[in-house]
Amino acid sequence: MGGLLPAAVLIWDAYTGALGANPIQRATLQTGLLTLTLLVLSLACTPLRLLTGWTWPARIRKALGLLAFGYGALHFLIYLLDHGFSLGAMTEDVLERPFVTAGFTALLLLVPLALTSGRNSVKRLGFARWTRLHQLVYLAASLGALHYYWGVKKDHVPPLIYAGIIAALFLVRFLKRGPVGRRGRGRPGPA
Amino acid sequence: FVRPARPLGPYDTQEAVTSYQQATTYNNFYEFGTDKSDPARLAGSLKPRPWTVRIDGEVKKPQTVDIDTLQSWFPLEDRIYRMRCVEGWSMVMPWLGFPLAGLIRRLEPTGKAKYVQFTALLDTKQFPGQRSNVLDWPYVEGLRLDEALHPLAFMAVGLHGKVLPGQSGAPLRLVVPWKYGFKSIKSIVKITLTEKQPQTTWALAAPGEYGFYANVNPAVPHPRWSQATERRIGELGRRKTLPFNGYADQVAGLYAGMDLRKFF
Repeated sequence: MGGLLPAAVLIWDAYTGALGANPIQRATLQTGLLTLTLLVLSLACTPLRLLTGWTWPARIRKALGLLAFGYGALHFLIYLLDHGFSLGAMTEDVLERPFVTAGFTALLLLVPLALTSGRNSVKRLGFARWTRLHQLVYLAASLGALHYYWGVKKDHVPPLIYAGIIAALFLVRFLKRGPVGRRGRGRPGPA
Repeated sequence: FVRPARPLGPYDTQEAVTSYQQATTYNNFYEFGTDKSDPARLAGSLKPRPWTVRIDGEVKKPQTVDIDTLQSWFPLEDRIYRMRCVEGWSMVMPWLGFPLAGLIRRLEPTGKAKYVQFTALLDTKQFPGQRSNVLDWPYVEGLRLDEALHPLAFMAVGLHGKVLPGQSGAPLRLVVPWKYGFKSIKSIVKITLTEKQPQTTWALAAPGEYGFYANVNPAVPHPRWSQATERRIGELGRRKTLPFNGYADQVAGLYAGMDLRKFF
């Protein structure tokens, strides 16, 4: 529920004029940043568990992922509103501008993940297949960071920070995979 | 929206003017920071008086002139111009100032002068954003001499009947209404007449995205977004962007025979 707070703040800011002179541009930027932040947080859950042994990150991972998808969808809706829901303008942007292509693809990749976020889906797909499918989130987050990097006019520092965090999280998982893989040969691995 | 209490002049647009509040809280002025709200928040650090402007290069008498002296050379005029940002938004700005052509003629360019270069203030104390290297400082801009002599090219010292606030480029800024906003350099400290085309900040920063001419052109998209439409600040929908920002009748002749896709 707490994850809906930014949406409430956004609506309140829009209502009171706190979004400034160009509220649609502001709302686009804020929902985009929220999406990427929530994606990165959801990605951080497993590495955090691997590094610390804590179990609570795993319990909020699904909620973070779904919130990321929700804010991504809202970001896309505001983009559509910005362009008067013109499918022509959207198609042109998606096909001709790599910055939009990257963001649009990232959102599309999140759709199957959101649809298979339930416990039933894990059973239906089998854990291995479900896990492989959900590794798409790394691709989605990377495309999201690229979308941000290509979207800013000149100040590339913030998108590079996101990209760095995503790379670091991926590295943690990669390094921590070693012992897990060897566990099959009888060595006790981390829980 | 505000309407001026005076008859409109030949260069004024009749469109509704953007409010002072909106025009002075939503600014691109990286010398203060890259966020649109940074300039209004930090403009207090800019000290627009005392202020001098250096005039040099291909002119008969190079000189350094105080801003109040320079301003006293010309009667102040009102100009209500459209302003189109390269990012896809626009405003209608009631400027106060004098035509650039009058200033250039007074400086008596030599026969070699072909371009005008403008340089903005370099001072990390007054411009905290200059501590970041997001752009090469100081900000520099330029015009071809015939562009600078066009009656629409304007030097502003005021906005909405008030002295120009820091976030809008105090105490002296360029206004070229048929070009994207980044051409209209703010807080000018130097004007140099040159023989060769001067370097310009955004063209240096991203040469594939921003050119020397930067004429508003809906037919030439920015590599990352379309320039066909714009949002007028204060409106929800988008409107069509006009060639030369609606000033084609006046300025298109300056570019006769030029490939505007090449010289973007």
